Amino acid sequence: MTHLLRAENVSLGYDHTPIIENLDLEIVPGKVTVIVGANASGKSTLLKGLARLLKPDTGQVTLDGRNIAALPAKKVATIVGLLPQQPIAPDGITVADLISRGRYPHHGWFRQWSSTDDAIVAAAMAATNTHELAARRLEDLSGGQRQRVWIAMALAQDPEILLLDEPTTFLDVTHQIEVLDLLLERNRERGTTVVMVLHDLNLAARYADHLVVMCAGRIVANGTPAETLNADTVRTAFDLDATIVSDPVCGAPMVVPIGRFHGRVPPVLTEAEPPLLFSVSTS
Amino acid sequence: MTTRSEMKTDVASLSHARARQSRREGRLVLALLGALVLVAALSLAVGAYSLSVPDLLRTLTGQGTQSENFIVLSLRLPRLTLAVLVGVAFAISGALFQTVLRNPLASPDIIGVTGGASAAAVFGMLILGFGSVATSLAACAGASIVACAIYLLAWRGGVVGYRFVLIGVGVAFMVQGLLGYLLSRADLNDAQGALLWLVGSVSGAGWRDIALVAVVLLALLPVIRVLSGRLRVLQLGDDLATSLGVGAERTRLALLVVAVALAASATAAVGPLAFVAFVAAPIARRLLGTGGLALIPAALIGALITTVADFTAQHLLPGQLELPAGIITGAIGAPYLLWLLATSNTTGKGA
Repeated sequence: MTHLLRAENVSLGYDHTPIIENLDLEIVPGKVTVIVGANASGKSTLLKGLARLLKPDTGQVTLDGRNIAALPAKKVATIVGLLPQQPIAPDGITVADLISRGRYPHHGWFRQWSSTDDAIVAAAMAATNTHELAARRLEDLSGGQRQRVWIAMALAQDPEILLLDEPTTFLDVTHQIEVLDLLLERNRERGTTVVMVLHDLNLAARYADHLVVMCAGRIVANGTPAETLNADTVRTAFDLDATIVSDPVCGAPMVVPIGRFHGRVPPVLTEAEPPLLFSVSTS
Repeated sequence: MTTRSEMKTDVASLSHARARQSRREGRLVLALLGALVLVAALSLAVGAYSLSVPDLLRTLTGQGTQSENFIVLSLRLPRLTLAVLVGVAFAISGALFQTVLRNPLASPDIIGVTGGASAAAVFGMLILGFGSVATSLAACAGASIVACAIYLLAWRGGVVGYRFVLIGVGVAFMVQGLLGYLLSRADLNDAQGALLWLVGSVSGAGWRDIALVAVVLLALLPVIRVLSGRLRVLQLGDDLATSLGVGAERTRLALLVVAVALAASATAAVGPLAFVAFVAAPIARRLLGTGGLALIPAALIGALITTVADFTAQHLLPGQLELPAGIITGAIGAPYLLWLLATSNTTGKGA
């Protein structure tokens, strides 16, 4: 069964300072949606709103047509899961314990931990290649390992719609690709709807089925990367001049920023103020 | 892609890891229980009139002489029982506060909750001339009022741990000021009685105090058991907790109410035994070392601290000096507080 998550005319903000106003967005089921935008464009705020961490000031977020705030919290948690940008964990927690806590929404008065949970947690660990870390403490792991453990926890929650806030931040390029590949694998094999905020436009274009480009709390482009990512949207959303080429690996649009120094016409440096190459302190 | 056999070993290693973790907690609980039984036996047997182990067992099974019965069953047993119960109540209260607010400083004795109980109790004793029952009720009321005040002052569309703690520390100072004022205005004899209560002591334990703490514990333990699942999720932060279907703010409020009730009833029974709530859970978690909640080990550590402190205060000090147990718990807790302030919180990270 596919679930439909929608933001309907939502305004979101903190302490009555609006970040997003009157925004509509429908998350395409079974696809990978990537939200991009400059800093403070409202990407994370939108994700928080979709995951009901932030209550809309106006409008509503609906799951299958019903207001998500009115649905039972645990029931929603079996369908929609969010991995925050910087999740926190208690000191000394082991990897197995942490990942197991993702099963919480599936338990209740009459449904305690069972072998099904074991199997799902084990599958999440296998998918993220964390099974060998099971007995280790989270704080003893490297950044890449830790992020895989957090994703394993989100997979153990087993939501049909998985939201991730910058899952690749603080990771080197190898681990970024590793994390994105494993999310894409989840999407292609299980049909899990993935919605994530990414900073790297080229990785976003490569991994996204749908790209949502945000600027100043509004959506400026929404569609496939080929439809949305062009020099105009990059200029509008990021205030950046760029050339768009085709990614030699997969043919997705690739954004090549121009900058001040590397355009075909180099910028003229004023003679009055020659560039300061180095300075010698004489004191 | 993983094969089926790999998956099987994963499940096996997973349940293995979990079994190891629960065995570790089981061993710790057994060891703590053993230590507690030992301290309990010592507390019952040793004193101005000491009993041998067979005599003690005989007395406990109801076949003691009249004087043995009086000393063990009427004097020492209530004292021991009360020490164990308040130790458990303080420890769980502290563990809940520290976990919910994600800050090792957030224990009811540091943030002024037990201080509120003290101020109300002393106000009752000195100004209103309350008896012991009314004093206990006043203490409960004082703790609740202070806790509500801190919660409301810390509220900004939600409660964050560090703000709660900072406001709590401020409130604790205000309450101390009030206490000082009350004591300085009081008649010398009354003030001495109030001071004794303020240090915290299990001497003169009556079955009414025991019943108060026991009833509160019995009523709240099932609630804590139900809430502990949510607390484990809340440990992962508000965002993840919400995402996993736990209403963070509501759960936090419920757990704080439970923690305040435990601290209030224990303080009402024995006064503010300093630092028991503060040190029990961190010690238990250090011993356990798995990142679990460790509520049961913490409760046992709390009981051990209070019983050992009371035993020390009664028998182990030089010169036949008998002190209230609160002096001893304070002497244990204060260095820990200094150590905590000196070493941790360079990152602002909590328990």
